[in-house]
Amino acid sequence: MIVRISGEDQYRLADGDAVRLNELDNAVIALVESGREDGFADAYAALLDYVRTHGERVGDDEIETSEVILPPSDLSFAEAGREFTGEGLIPD
Amino acid sequence: MAGLTGRMSTVVKAKVSKLLDRAEDPAETLDYSYQKQVEQLQNVKKGIADVVTAKKRLQMQEATLKQSVVKLDTQARQALSSGQEDLARTALERKNVAQTELQGLDTQVAELEDQQQKLTDSEQKLRAKIEAFRTKKEVIKAQYSAAEAQVRISEAATGVGEQMADVGLAMQRAVDKTENMKARADAVSELEAAGTFDDITALGSGEDDIDRQLKSLSSQSAVDDDLAKMKAELGQGGTAPAGEISAPAAAPDEPGAAGAADGQQPGGGQS
Repeated sequence: MIVRISGEDQYRLADGDAVRLNELDNAVIALVESGREDGFADAYAALLDYVRTHGERVGDDEIETSEVILPPSDLSFAEAGREFTGEGLIPD
Repeated sequence: MAGLTGRMSTVVKAKVSKLLDRAEDPAETLDYSYQKQVEQLQNVKKGIADVVTAKKRLQMQEATLKQSVVKLDTQARQALSSGQEDLARTALERKNVAQTELQGLDTQVAELEDQQQKLTDSEQKLRAKIEAFRTKKEVIKAQYSAAEAQVRISEAATGVGEQMADVGLAMQRAVDKTENMKARADAVSELEAAGTFDDITALGSGEDDIDRQLKSLSSQSAVDDDLAKMKAELGQGGTAPAGEISAPAAAPDEPGAAGAADGQQPGGGQS
């Protein structure tokens, strides 16, 4: 499974890592949904760190499409809310 | 995968396929993709140059503000030594505002440096991917039948397209940040030119009333400190903040400073 952290790199993760990744993602979503800003930065950093530490970086000269794309590490709480509910980070 | 991650992936994929849909046959996909990639690389370079320009602008403003700080300090000193304390206070208040603004600029310059670094990294990654694409397309042309080549090319083009979308996002974020800073920098320059420095505090983004009042309290006491220090330096130390200068309406808890003489209970008088 290839996961991209937007603005950083792509990582190759074992398929089994998807479960943990999903849990971490759900934790972030729960915070965003309930409007709890404290803890958001830590939870999101934990998600990204999991990818960085469990994944193997895809070389710059390898062309791969990601199954999962994570927003950039400097994602703000407000942006996360928009990403989740509405227009998202990427403008048309 | 649901949630944040799933949404982002869906949006990027939609964007990439929209980009690729414009080309019909494999050869066109290949040419179109490659041409788009090279174009995007140029855009990234332009984006980096814009960030550098914005950074230089802020650095120039920093230099101007530093001069203002020195000038206002000198003016305060002159005013004080000729006995015009009110004037000295005004100069020190402006100096305080300029100093606060300087700190903000420091942070902004650092932020732009960070953006610049990120974009430079992105540019290098995109360049490497485009180079890989160029090699790959030759291999594909030589080794596969037309139908197979179509599949392989669109796979590769999608991969590079994703990288392009990612760089596009990084650029967008950089632009948003520099635009905000530019707007503020313009406003500050205008106020500075008009000599109404103290209005800068009103530009503060997202501050509420309480923030502003707290800030003005702390800047008030910073000005008092400055004034007291300056007086001491000028050998006027004896005339401690008394009389009219004890202005800051809410400073009852200064232990030593109270002018014991009149023995009044300060303000709210606790029982």
